[in-house]
This record gives sequence, structure tokens and C-alpha cells, in this order.
Amino acid sequence: MLARDDQDSLKRTPLYNLHISLGGKMVPFAGYDMPVQYPAGVLKEHLHTRNAAGLFDVSHMGQIALRPKSGKVEDAARALERLVPQDILAIAPGRQRYAQFTNAEGGILDDLMVANFGDHLFLVVNAACKAEDEAHLRANLSDDCVIEQLADRALIALQGPKAESALAKLCAEAPAMKFMDAGPHKVAGIDCFVSRSGYTGEDGFEISVPAGDAERLAKALLENPDVMPIGLGARDSLRLEAGLCLYGHDIDTTTTPAEAALEWSVQKSRRTGGARTGGFPGAEKILAHFDHGASRRRVGLRTEARAPVREGALLFADASSSEPIGKVTSGGFGPSLNAPVAMGYVPTHQSALGTKLFAEVRSQRLAVQIAAMPFVKNTYKR
Amino acid sequence: MTTTLYTSDHEWLAIDGDVATVGITDYAQSQLGDVVFVELPKLGRTLKKAEAAAVVESVKAASDVYAPVTGEVLETNPDLASEPALVNSDAQGKAWFFKIKIADKSELGGLMDEAAYKAHTA
Repeated sequence: MLARDDQDSLKRTPLYNLHISLGGKMVPFAGYDMPVQYPAGVLKEHLHTRNAAGLFDVSHMGQIALRPKSGKVEDAARALERLVPQDILAIAPGRQRYAQFTNAEGGILDDLMVANFGDHLFLVVNAACKAEDEAHLRANLSDDCVIEQLADRALIALQGPKAESALAKLCAEAPAMKFMDAGPHKVAGIDCFVSRSGYTGEDGFEISVPAGDAERLAKALLENPDVMPIGLGARDSLRLEAGLCLYGHDIDTTTTPAEAALEWSVQKSRRTGGARTGGFPGAEKILAHFDHGASRRRVGLRTEARAPVREGALLFADASSSEPIGKVTSGGFGPSLNAPVAMGYVPTHQSALGTKLFAEVRSQRLAVQIAAMPFVKNTYKR
Repeated sequence: MTTTLYTSDHEWLAIDGDVATVGITDYAQSQLGDVVFVELPKLGRTLKKAEAAAVVESVKAASDVYAPVTGEVLETNPDLASEPALVNSDAQGKAWFFKIKIADKSELGGLMDEAAYKAHTA
């Protein structure tokens, strides 16, 4: 009942030794040997993050600097707008925004964070996509930008209601930051890039730190009794409860931003009638989906039964029909809700909140209901 | 007098006459992590050896539990529905999954005793 993966040739983050010393159970993830959980276990780690603060090693993610050859950050922003449907020019210095790289068919190549650091843009991309993203940026933006993969930096997320007080002990400026503020700050005397953001639905921070200082910083944060190390298992259950997409599962090269219910992330200026409408890969299809609607939509799902409905489960309109109408793209158990939660795609005309559907789990049809996301209320400090 | 045997898939069987009580081992629960749901076989169902008999779900994933021997399901543990975490706290005691009437005792020959199972998980 238990599978073991080949541990050879896996990359290690700068916090690998710390994970081992903390008793982390290591698993392969996106080519890295990463802690899926620590001795406390996924349930306790999840709840601790919601109640106090959790520390996550997300150093496997890609950190990329986009430096304008002209020296003007607007030129890097204008260049990046050729690859994403977001308004990058509108990101003020010291702020960041969620974005997606799109393809010619209107699908999503990756989702990312874009921060304006005043003289350049700072991007955080998914681990599994970082090589392709870098190549994509080089192929399309090299005339205007110098693209630098910041492989010598670790990334630490500190999330939860006690994240602010924990970070404030090492970085006096942290409490003054608002949700999606981002910029260089000294943390424990180390030159870091800090953003007030995360992937849990909680208030919190992501801290980019030079690789050689990462363990010292992580240990300094973990000295605080409010802070517990959290593995990838709880990272996934936290983001699922927060209704956040996991690339390669809930969004991929076949889902447009409108289908993925990510309308909020595409600003008016890039839409039909906007000041800089279109001009990104797949614009025609992506904008048509915004203007005329898409035929399917990502929705949240709750169940009545205790059995988790997981990725790949087919969705049906009733208990006996043979034709599925959709599919679950992420699903599991939500420890804060003490109940299963899932998300998936259904036809738009069957996507209204409260719609009753059935999910097939081990040949049984379980009643599910379309529910609002996030499943657990966000606590971002706006 | 009961004898406890183990499978290489990390199930245990406590054998009393021709009835085996089946569960997953403490080693298995430690690898699975926090158990949040257990699906048990229907009473009266005849399971074939090595057939998926039950499912144990952690926060992370669902794992099959296989029938260690062929036989009819006589009883299932009602406590696991309300308290799946019993699997973590008492895997080889209160968290038994089901009782099965052993159809062919010769199938027990391929199973491990405690010492062999310990070596298997070492």
C-alpha cells in the first residue's frame, strides 16, 4: 500500500539539512527532495498555520529578475505585458500582482507573482515550470530585458495570524507592510526581498533570502514558539481551503483565465475596450471568454459524506447518468473545515452556487454541491 | 489463542480459529499520516485474497487495504466511521477494520510472523 520513489538525482534546497534535522519526511516534488510533513503531521501543521504561524520552504520555486536594458522599469513592464494578460505597468514600485503566462490557444503556461522593485521586476514562478518560463522570457523579451534566474536565493514563506509578530522581531518594517506590498528589507540583518503574500489564505509573508543565509534565517524564525515548520502536505490542504489554484491541476495549458474563474486577476486596461487591450498570447480567445462567457468554469465543491473527493473524480448531473459533465481537479480533506473540499470544472450553465451534482468515487456516486470559494475566509491585511 | 500474522502490504491479521480480524499495521499508519476517513467492505461480501477490501484516506491521499486471505466479511468496525483517527492512535488494537471468515487456511502460509514483518519494515 505504500510506494517509494527513487530518491536519486533529486535537487536539494538550501534548507535540506534543516528539514532532515527537524524530522521532515522527504518526498520528490518538482525534481526536489522536499518535506511533505514533519513529525507533527499534516493535520496539526495545517491547524497550527491557521491558529499561529507556519514556516514553509518554497525554495524550489523559481525567482527571476527582469531588468530593463533601458534602465526604466516601465520598459520591462511593457515587455512583460506581451506575455501576460495583466496590467503590469500599473504595478507601483513596492507592490506585486498575480499574473499568468498564456499561450496562443488562450491556455495558461504558468501562474506567477510579479513585483515592481523600482528599477526591475521580480518574478516568482512555479518550480515545475521555471526552466520553461525562463526560456519563454528569453525567447520573447531579450531585446528589452536582461533575464536572470536567481538560483542562489532561497524562498521562505511565513503564514498565519502570528506571522506578523514573528517577523516583526527580525524586521521592524514588516508590520507596516500591506497585502501585496513587496520590496527589499533587512531581516535578521540579512538583505532579503519580502512580500506580504502567500498561498494559504492567511496573512503572511514570503521572504527571498540569499542561499547561504537561509538556514540561519529559518532557524531564527523557528526559535519563536509560535512558528512551526510546515510541509508540502499542509501547504496543499491550506491552499485548497483558500480556493487557490495549483498549476498543472486546476489550471494548465487548456484552461483560459475566464474558465479558471480568474477574472479578478485580469485588469480592465488589458480587456476589450481597455487602454492596452490584448497584445498577449491567446488574447482573442481569452477576451472572447471574458466578453461572451466560456462554456465551462472552475467551481468549488463540498460534499455531504466524509469521503474525500480527489483529483480526477468525474462529476455527473444526477445519480445515474452515464455521461460525465465535468471533473475534479483538486480535492482532499480540509482540516479547518473538518470536511472534504474540492474544486473542478463544470459547464457554465450548471455552475451556479448551490447546484447539486454527483462525484464518482470508487464506482459510487456521492452527492456534492457547488460552494463559494474560498472555503475558509481570507485574513489578508489589506 | 490468537496468532498474529502480517502481509508485505502492511496489513495485520489476528487469527482465532477460522476467523481473522484485519487491520493495518502501526508502521503503515505512521507512513500514511493523519487518517481522516476509512471505507470498509460491505457485510457478507466475499473477498478474494489480494483484492482491494477497504480504503484508508489521509489528508494527502487514498490508499487501498487488500484482503490478506479469501473469505466472507463477518463484521466491520463501527468506530472507524466516527473516529478515523483511531487508526493513528491504536492501529493494531481498537482500529481493526473487519473480520473475515477464512475460506482456505493454506493461504496463511505465505504470511509473515512478527519477527519477519519487523525485518520487512526495517
